Amino acid sequence: MRLSALPPQFRDTSAHSFHADADWYDELDSFRALLADDWPAAPVEEWHLAQSFLSREARLVDEGRFNDWLDLFAGDCLYWVPVTAGGGDPRREVSHAFDDHRRLTDRVYWLRTGLAYSQIPASRTRHAITNVETVVDPEGRRLVRSTFVVHEFRAGVAKTYAGWYGHVLLPHGDDWLIRLKMVNLLDSEQYHENLTLVF
Amino acid sequence: MTIQEQRPAAMAARIDRWTDLVRPDRVHRTLYTETQVFAEEMVKVFGGESWVYLAHESQLPQPNAFVSVRMGLRPVLVTRDRHGGLHAIFNRCAHRAATVCREESGTAKSFQCPYHGWTFKNNGELVGVPWPQGYGEMDRAEFGLTRVTRVESYRGFVFGTMNADAPSVEEWLGHARPWLDHWLDRAPEGEVLLGSAAYRMGFRGNWKLAYDNAGDGYHPSFSHRSLLEMASRMGESKDMSYFGRTPDDGPMVSYSLGNGHSVIDQRPAHGDEPGSFWRNQRPQPGREFFEESIRAEHGDDADRLLDLAIGAQINLSIFPNLLIIGNQIQVIEPLAVDRTQLTWHATRIGGVPDEVSILRMRTQEDFPAFGEPDDQANFEEAQRGLAAPEAEWILMNRGLDVTEWQSLVDGVIVTAVTDELHMRSYYDEWLRRMREEVR
Ligand code: FES
Ligand SMILES: [Fe+2]
Repeated sequence: MRLSALPPQFRDTSAHSFHADADWYDELDSFRALLADDWPAAPVEEWHLAQSFLSREARLVDEGRFNDWLDLFAGDCLYWVPVTAGGGDPRREVSHAFDDHRRLTDRVYWLRTGLAYSQIPASRTRHAITNVETVVDPEGRRLVRSTFVVHEFRAGVAKTYAGWYGHVLLPHGDDWLIRLKMVNLLDSEQYHENLTLVF
Repeated sequence: MTIQEQRPAAMAARIDRWTDLVRPDRVHRTLYTETQVFAEEMVKVFGGESWVYLAHESQLPQPNAFVSVRMGLRPVLVTRDRHGGLHAIFNRCAHRAATVCREESGTAKSFQCPYHGWTFKNNGELVGVPWPQGYGEMDRAEFGLTRVTRVESYRGFVFGTMNADAPSVEEWLGHARPWLDHWLDRAPEGEVLLGSAAYRMGFRGNWKLAYDNAGDGYHPSFSHRSLLEMASRMGESKDMSYFGRTPDDGPMVSYSLGNGHSVIDQRPAHGDEPGSFWRNQRPQPGREFFEESIRAEHGDDADRLLDLAIGAQINLSIFPNLLIIGNQIQVIEPLAVDRTQLTWHATRIGGVPDEVSILRMRTQEDFPAFGEPDDQANFEEAQRGLAAPEAEWILMNRGLDVTEWQSLVDGVIVTAVTDELHMRSYYDEWLRRMREEVR
């Protein structure tokens, strides 16, 4: 359901999830199909805009500015870290993270409680992002594909995670909001210790 | 004297090298740190003496299906033959030990070893070797893949043991069986299906830290504080918050079921009427929309259906490696004395509308994301603490001297959810297996 059509009592998507309906799941399928397409090379200007957005987002996470990071997301957003390669069917499968706006707000709140022992000490991370491709779809949404390497250090142990991101960004004034951030870990269905870091 | 102390104490019955290490109220740190103890456990506790969980039948949906698992450290293939019969065979070539199958699951009538090409049927029989003239008269029957001596399934749960004289699975499940039945009978079709890719969580600690925790009703109000705090973000804290309210004499109870099994029953913290699980659940993605459509479509039956999106509110621990938590099946897979994989299988059920299935998936993502990691951090920190040799003991004496907590109901001890009876009880079974006292 479009956010503009939400009944008033459900407008606050950080507290309600009335919009995450069957259509919302169907739209997710269409985003994945778009992200799997071959795209033409983007004009330098667009490529630069996409890259800058990703760098900014990554920096907010690396600096632990999770409230600012949360502000980048749209009300009908999804932060998605699938277990099954490619995502599987989330209607019948679980994900490492399948966060609508409310659950993403929960996640940030959880990280900031100071009581999450899996984040005491907190993960130090550095996101490196390359292979950026971008295209604007007919509805004006910016699609971005990129490759990431996340270095993490926590509790005396350094770890590395690799994979690719799929972003769907919605125009928002002069800027963009994240409608979908899909995090495709190379080894999403394999052994992992403590995946409580933000990708 | 508590009821547990009145039983003939297995641990006091014999003097051997374990006598000093497993005491009525404490166990020694070396059981969690020494590689020699671990090596012995992987043989005796994990299959040599009695049953361990191997796989679920829904992972083997058709004839000739296989799934690759571990039985202790043994690489094992659970297979169906062409008639659908279940087998468990070592994934270890009879020739020079290479694994014969490197896929995690699939379909195969036979397995050809990629090293020198010996070929085995999916029941383990050797069917051929390249250039057999090099072996003179070869009796192929002698060179099959090693079989797990006994394989039995109980309502889809497949167990194996190398002990030909072990009791039947039903007998060994014993008092745990009605609880497993209860969990399965919640599903309208009386069965669960795995199917979703599993979380393979790992922690740098001994496997028993996970089993200790599985029957521990003392830790939630503390170890899960972040989850409880998060749950109160929008006002009233739901879900497991009842663990924080006088857990010693609250409505929840824990049962020691024998053979190392136990269960925590959280249901009394909820109401009895349909919909009480659903009402107590912290909201998950799509909750409002799907609830509305289920209520519109199913009327009076909606509460029953919505409850099926929520966990069973029991934590059933089947020694040594099968944990039923909420709607999930968790398998403890030891990797090394200080490294463990916890595999969480989400479950699906038939006989419910799609909306319930979707909500059920979302519900099963919640605790693995915001609850379990904090426990596993505590397991890792316990393992770090265990490195101190002079501080020798892990205590399990909570409730030991509280006579009024325990009572006997239909042959099992029921007690406060914060009693560490779960640990004391499973160490009885641990000792029996380590001492090779199982039938
Ligand atoms: S090890 Fe398998 S054929 Fe030689
Ligand atoms: Fe826990």
